[in-house]
Amino acid sequence: MFQVRVIVRGTAVPLLTLLLWEGICRAGLVSAIILPAPSAVVLRWVEWLLSGELLVDTLGSLTRVSLGFLLGAGLALPLGLFMGASPKVYEYFNPLVQVLRPIPPIAWIPMSILWFGLGNPPAIFLIAIGAFFPVLMNTIAGVRNVDGIYLRAARNLGAGNTVIFRRVILPAATPYIFAGMRIGIGTAFIVVIVSEMIAVNNGLGYRILEAREYMWSDKIIAGMITIGLLGLAIDIGMNAINNHLLRWHRGMDS
Amino acid sequence: MEKIRITGLQKTFQSASQEIHALQEINLTIAEVEFVCLLGPSGCGKSTLLNAIAGFIEASAGEVVVDGRMVDAPGPDRGVVFQEYALFPWMTVSRNVAFGLEIKGLTRGDIEERVGALLHTLNLWEFRDRFPKDLSGGMKQRVAIARVLAIDSPIMLMDEPFGALDALTRRSLQDELLRIRREFCKTIVFVTHSIEEAIYLADRIVVMTYRPGTIKFEQQVALPHPRDPAGAEFNELKRTLGGLVMEEHDRHARDEIRGEG
Ligand SMILES: Nc1ncnc2c1ncn2[C@@H]1O[C@H](COP(=O)(O)OP(=O)(O)O)[C@@H](O)[C@H]1O
Ligand SMILES: [Mg+2]
Repeated sequence: MFQVRVIVRGTAVPLLTLLLWEGICRAGLVSAIILPAPSAVVLRWVEWLLSGELLVDTLGSLTRVSLGFLLGAGLALPLGLFMGASPKVYEYFNPLVQVLRPIPPIAWIPMSILWFGLGNPPAIFLIAIGAFFPVLMNTIAGVRNVDGIYLRAARNLGAGNTVIFRRVILPAATPYIFAGMRIGIGTAFIVVIVSEMIAVNNGLGYRILEAREYMWSDKIIAGMITIGLLGLAIDIGMNAINNHLLRWHRGMDS
Repeated sequence: MEKIRITGLQKTFQSASQEIHALQEINLTIAEVEFVCLLGPSGCGKSTLLNAIAGFIEASAGEVVVDGRMVDAPGPDRGVVFQEYALFPWMTVSRNVAFGLEIKGLTRGDIEERVGALLHTLNLWEFRDRFPKDLSGGMKQRVAIARVLAIDSPIMLMDEPFGALDALTRRSLQDELLRIRREFCKTIVFVTHSIEEAIYLADRIVVMTYRPGTIKFEQQVALPHPRDPAGAEFNELKRTLGGLVMEEHDRHARDEIRGEG
């Protein structure tokens, strides 16, 4: 019963919005270019899907996000571990990190095009930057915040530095690292759309900009919704991995 | 047989505004398979003394000698049971217990056998695949004890291990500890601020003073086990020790009122 009520409540507002939207368009109150009817958006989306182009665009965006994220997170993780574990390494790298970190990935666009030209390389570079800093900062924090009592317990049980790093510090830091990765992939997803509008000629970001040239607002909106759904899917996926790998941590207060 | 010898041990902590003499001129010898309780109000240096034996902190002066060797680092010959359990939350119960054995490099088969036997002994077998967060406090402390028993340390150092448990769980773990101690022949140094717990468990009770932490009084407890907390001799001891601990507690309270606590 409770479930049903929640579902009814959750669908009521979107459904009413759609009806109102459709009604406004059908009544001819606004031009189809300014606001196409939802039915037109759906038709356009199906057409896009059937042409096979939607799949190519989605895969294109996903591949870029994945590569950029792997690159950014893959560099940030070891650096973060070193910076977190060694005050000396931290002192060496921290000033540079602090200066570069506040630069939004978007601000790197001009330089990235000068360095890498057009195409996938600058896009992946930008996405990597977007993913790099959140993962880096959280990894450092995760390592630094390992509760000293675990280190004591491990030493007491005979663990040396390598074992402590691998079996205590690393797992103890994973909740932080994963939180950083979630933020990182969120940023990566924003950056991929922007970079596709500039550097490449497929992908969801490219496609909605292209649609604007032809004033295909129904396709723009279909693209926006696809981007939203894809972002949601990535977040749900990350969350599922997170919950599984951190099942020891769920509901813990520290 | 002498197991632990502490001579002239001092520990001074340097805080921003003052020097804290946590331990001063501690001399204590603990025999093999002896059960010693360190008793005193909080802040009197019990944990500091235990940590010095464990090798977690460096002495400002004096030394701790275990089995004829000076302590300069933590090691598996002195297993520590912490009040906060200190179980690795990312490992299941059986992985926690296996940790020390894996470091020792035992074969998988040996580890499994040993861990299985310990989990049965401590009534933890059904919980072997749980994570620490899904255990009660008493259960967590059993796991912590099993983890230390696994590495077979001849010495067990326990810092208020049952302090956070309710009275019933506490009593059952105390009984279990006495059983373990007989079965495994451990030398035990046990920190507590509960007079009753000390009398219930110890062969010898060492009462400590508050700032500087020194040894105020030592009391042999010769009562046979199981000891009856309602018995006459038990209560006589309780009164004697109670007076001594209270004096230190009051000094502590005065310090706190003066804002030095
Ligand atoms: N790391 C530290 N730095 C400064 N002072 C400390 C530190 N550890 C303990 N102390 C001080 O030393 C005294 C003894 O502490 P502790 O051994 O923890 O007492 P107990 O275990 O008996 O409660 C206390 O007054 C405490 O404030
Ligand atoms: Mg203490």
